[in-house]
Amino acid sequence: MFRFIVRRLLQMVVAFFGTTLIVYALMFAGQGDPIQALAGERPVTAAQRAYLTEKYHLDATGVGGFFYRYFDYISNLLRGDLGESLTGRSIGDILAAAWPVTIKLALIAIAVAVIFGVTAGVLAGIRRASIFDNATLLLTLLVLGIPTIVLAPLAQYFLGVKWQLFPATAGADPDFYALLLPGIVLGSLSLATALRLTRTSVAENLRADYVRTARSKGLPNRRVVSVHVLRNSLIPVITFLGVELGNLMSGAIITEGVFNIPGVGFNLFRGIRTEDGPLVVGIVSVLVVVYLVSNLVVDILYAVLDPRIRYE
Amino acid sequence: MSQYAVRPTPASPTPPGGHLLEVRDLHIEFRTGEGVAKVINGVSYHLDPGETLAVLGESGSGKSVTAQAIMGILDSPPAHISSGEIRYQGRDLLGLPEERRRQVRGKEIAMIFQDALSALNPVFPVGWQIGETLRQRLGMSRADARRRAVELMDLVQIPAAAKRLGDYPHQFSGGMRQRVMIAMALAMEPKVLIADEPTTALDVTVQAQIMDLLADLRRDLDMAMILITHDLGVVADVADRIAVMYAGRIVEHADVRSLYRAPAHPYTKGLLESIPRLDQRGGKLSTIRGLPPNLMRIPSGCPFHPRCPYAQQVCVDVVPHDLVLGDGRTSACHFAQEVHDDRTH
Repeated sequence: MFRFIVRRLLQMVVAFFGTTLIVYALMFAGQGDPIQALAGERPVTAAQRAYLTEKYHLDATGVGGFFYRYFDYISNLLRGDLGESLTGRSIGDILAAAWPVTIKLALIAIAVAVIFGVTAGVLAGIRRASIFDNATLLLTLLVLGIPTIVLAPLAQYFLGVKWQLFPATAGADPDFYALLLPGIVLGSLSLATALRLTRTSVAENLRADYVRTARSKGLPNRRVVSVHVLRNSLIPVITFLGVELGNLMSGAIITEGVFNIPGVGFNLFRGIRTEDGPLVVGIVSVLVVVYLVSNLVVDILYAVLDPRIRYE
Repeated sequence: MSQYAVRPTPASPTPPGGHLLEVRDLHIEFRTGEGVAKVINGVSYHLDPGETLAVLGESGSGKSVTAQAIMGILDSPPAHISSGEIRYQGRDLLGLPEERRRQVRGKEIAMIFQDALSALNPVFPVGWQIGETLRQRLGMSRADARRRAVELMDLVQIPAAAKRLGDYPHQFSGGMRQRVMIAMALAMEPKVLIADEPTTALDVTVQAQIMDLLADLRRDLDMAMILITHDLGVVADVADRIAVMYAGRIVEHADVRSLYRAPAHPYTKGLLESIPRLDQRGGKLSTIRGLPPNLMRIPSGCPFHPRCPYAQQVCVDVVPHDLVLGDGRTSACHFAQEVHDDRTH
């Protein structure tokens, strides 16, 4: 296990440099004049241009110049300095403000998926081919079939604007109640997948040989299901939820955009729209780390849950 | 109603207190989308204290289904018990409510399965799985259950039992895993042990060890045992009586010696002749021609007639009753006596 973790950490270093390099290249390759982009519509004086060229090492051109600037950026990054966005704000500060909001939103979404998705999935798995099972199948297909870009505005319009059950938008520094509707919308997709996964897993495990053994020991049915079947069925579900939490932590561009939530996805989207290269690269670099770490945690969790899994 | 005639009770006399376990004219169907499969068609057998009954037959002959019906662990749907009785100590188990039925499971009648790797729960340590029965059913404390689990593992001769308590099923060899399974079944000292092909998934050398262990335990703990197998070789040393099943019926029922000496049903005869023998090296091994019947379309008359070398017109038309032969054995064949006396094969 220890060797596995060390090897994975080394792989993460490679993955980190690879992804940041690609994002860095993509973001700055398309730009015409970065100094003009920084200044926006205002004219740039020769002195300013010379200062900025010096500061960002823009005098070096070609591939050599690109790598010079990339390593310059990375060395700042490794010192914890994410740099400044084109609007002049520290990217570290932007993320520090945005992340708590996104984490709250992600936790609400995961809670929704666990409480409703896993519970309904277990029931549907036990009562296979029942009305409940078929109803959940229909509903989950519906949810999985509607893209968030449609679902989010619909929920906002009906639940937020028309019936006014929830705040229609979140705004700066949102509270739990303001994040509830976006959280449910965001979680509905995870909910549907978690439900299908749980249902299949429970139904499959109920037919397993060890269930027959547990029954032949004279255990009551509720113990057979709640201990023997559930413990096995939840292995893939917990793995999925772990990966999903990692995904949700990296922000939800559409949901945060629709409900005006100042989270990570919201800032990332703004960065892309305003061609704010440093902001986009900064956020993505951190997201890469979050994603890699959450995947490692899930892999380790998997070995903890299933004693048959051994990492070398 | 079934297409088969109700058959007379088996030949051996009922002891004064009744048999320990008795299956009477059991009929079980599997109702699936494709149709109804008649899996058990009037099976009757019994078990007395301290004896070993071997139930022999090919895959699909219904030997495991009968055992699962006794345990009450059939998956229904699709399984449906249409008629019959399963009497344990005089009570009909099929008439009991589920909660009373559950009390019998494991404590009175326990069962071990063919493939211990899949029959044990992969995510719990073996000590925990053995102890679970003791904690849940007998209300033992965690520490007591642990101690007892070690004793049981010692009993089935698992080396270094105390050290292996925390190991998971996949960390054991096939033979050791089956021993764990046996230890678990013995936890509540059942009076009847049903062993469903306990050695099929094992190496030949290990098979013999497990069979010896089962025979020893049966004797030492004074249990009765139903040994389900398709392997005639396994049966000879261990069993007292043999019931041969075909297409959900018992076609022959006899004590081990007389059955091996002179089978009275063509199917049993075919099975015995298909065992490779050292004194007939070089000769062509005889087989039973054809395939077991589709249980949704069981042949008319005697279900074995399409594969039977003795078959006549009567076998196509009439379902054979159990014929009682001189030495207290039965055979469901119109020509039982002829088969019994025929030594040409």
